[in-house]
Amino acid sequence: MDGAHDMGGVAWSGPVQPEPNEPVFHAEWERRAFAITLAMGMPGGWNIDMSRFAREDRPPSDYLSKSYYQIWLAGLERLMLERGLIASDEIEAGKPLHPTKPVAKTLTPDGVAGMLHRGGPTERDARSPALFAAGDRVRAKMIHPLTHTRLPRYVRGHIGIIERVLGCHVFPDSNATGAGENPQWLYTVTFDGGELWGEASDPGLKVSVDAWEPYLERA
Amino acid sequence: MTDHHHHHDHDHSELSETELRVRALETILTEKGYVDPAALDLLIETYETKVGPRNGARVVARAWADPAYRARLLKDATPAISELGYAGRQGEHIVAVENTPTLHNMVVCTLCSCYPWPVLGLPPVWYKSAPYRSKAVKDPRGVLLDFGFELPEGTNIRVWDSTAEIRYLVLPMRPAGTDGWSEERLADLVTRDSMIGTGLPKQPHEVA
Repeated sequence: MDGAHDMGGVAWSGPVQPEPNEPVFHAEWERRAFAITLAMGMPGGWNIDMSRFAREDRPPSDYLSKSYYQIWLAGLERLMLERGLIASDEIEAGKPLHPTKPVAKTLTPDGVAGMLHRGGPTERDARSPALFAAGDRVRAKMIHPLTHTRLPRYVRGHIGIIERVLGCHVFPDSNATGAGENPQWLYTVTFDGGELWGEASDPGLKVSVDAWEPYLERA
Repeated sequence: MTDHHHHHDHDHSELSETELRVRALETILTEKGYVDPAALDLLIETYETKVGPRNGARVVARAWADPAYRARLLKDATPAISELGYAGRQGEHIVAVENTPTLHNMVVCTLCSCYPWPVLGLPPVWYKSAPYRSKAVKDPRGVLLDFGFELPEGTNIRVWDSTAEIRYLVLPMRPAGTDGWSEERLADLVTRDSMIGTGLPKQPHEVA
């Protein structure tokens, strides 16, 4: 979806503000929000693409007024509400009010190291040969899906070169809607700065995105 | 955030409302048996004390010290990094990109916050912020100025937008004057920002 999260190239954002000696978390609630989000992935059963969509699918005013972990929290609440794991009145009351919905598994302390070490690899066996090879000229399609996508707006319609073939990976546009992993070939596509930003671009700039085959057409 | 004001006094800040909400969620989820607070503690401890940019610094230092390792890292970074014991969540597929005298690499996630956790830990606030996510792909030289350094004019810039599950690690150039240094000493020169591409490694005199 075309949302406020898709920030590449927007002009309103101001300077980057590094923070010397930045702590990993800035408040106790951030620690807990981070950990609850990671831990709930197991009983919740959603995938990373569903999580991303739950975070980004909100009006720009809402997205931009929330801090990073406030967005995580809002996304997590939505995922849990959608699945009936928690109810709004329970959040208001601060305690369970309804029968607990059974879940397949939960994260125990013993399971933490293994869960983090396994991660969630997304590469899958290919079901068909790759359409493109390194060096091919491709255009990022001009698409504006209302659902989750990982093709940023600033490359849509622009021509780039396939730089690397990265294997066949879970396709977020399908995975986020519950339509299955639908693995697709993934490529690093490199664009000249001038192709993306015009004559004002730094002449020595190249930008790449990692794009799945359905995002691309031969150019 | 609008319909639960009646729970608190009006002088509560937005932050304290968030604090109360997180506390409420943890209580509910714990009582329902969905989360175990001890597991939460362990997750936090892992990313506050064990997984951080020191891991990436060791990878870079080894690549500086050992040409064969450097070659393996640049060819297929995930197994090369795994040799040092770093792997897993948000680092399932890692690509290492090398700075040279004519090319500077910078890593961003314009869509959110994708970042190679096993080698760099959790991303800093600026990495997840609108200014960095918007500017990095359009004006990376300007971003570097925000960080206080200017790239030589002839140096090309390559920006890697992490739009899939591939995570990028910048291999910075080894500082001059470090011949014969041990990996341990070299690792002290490697800053987090130098592995994102928004900084350079420290110079030998800075670590004395």
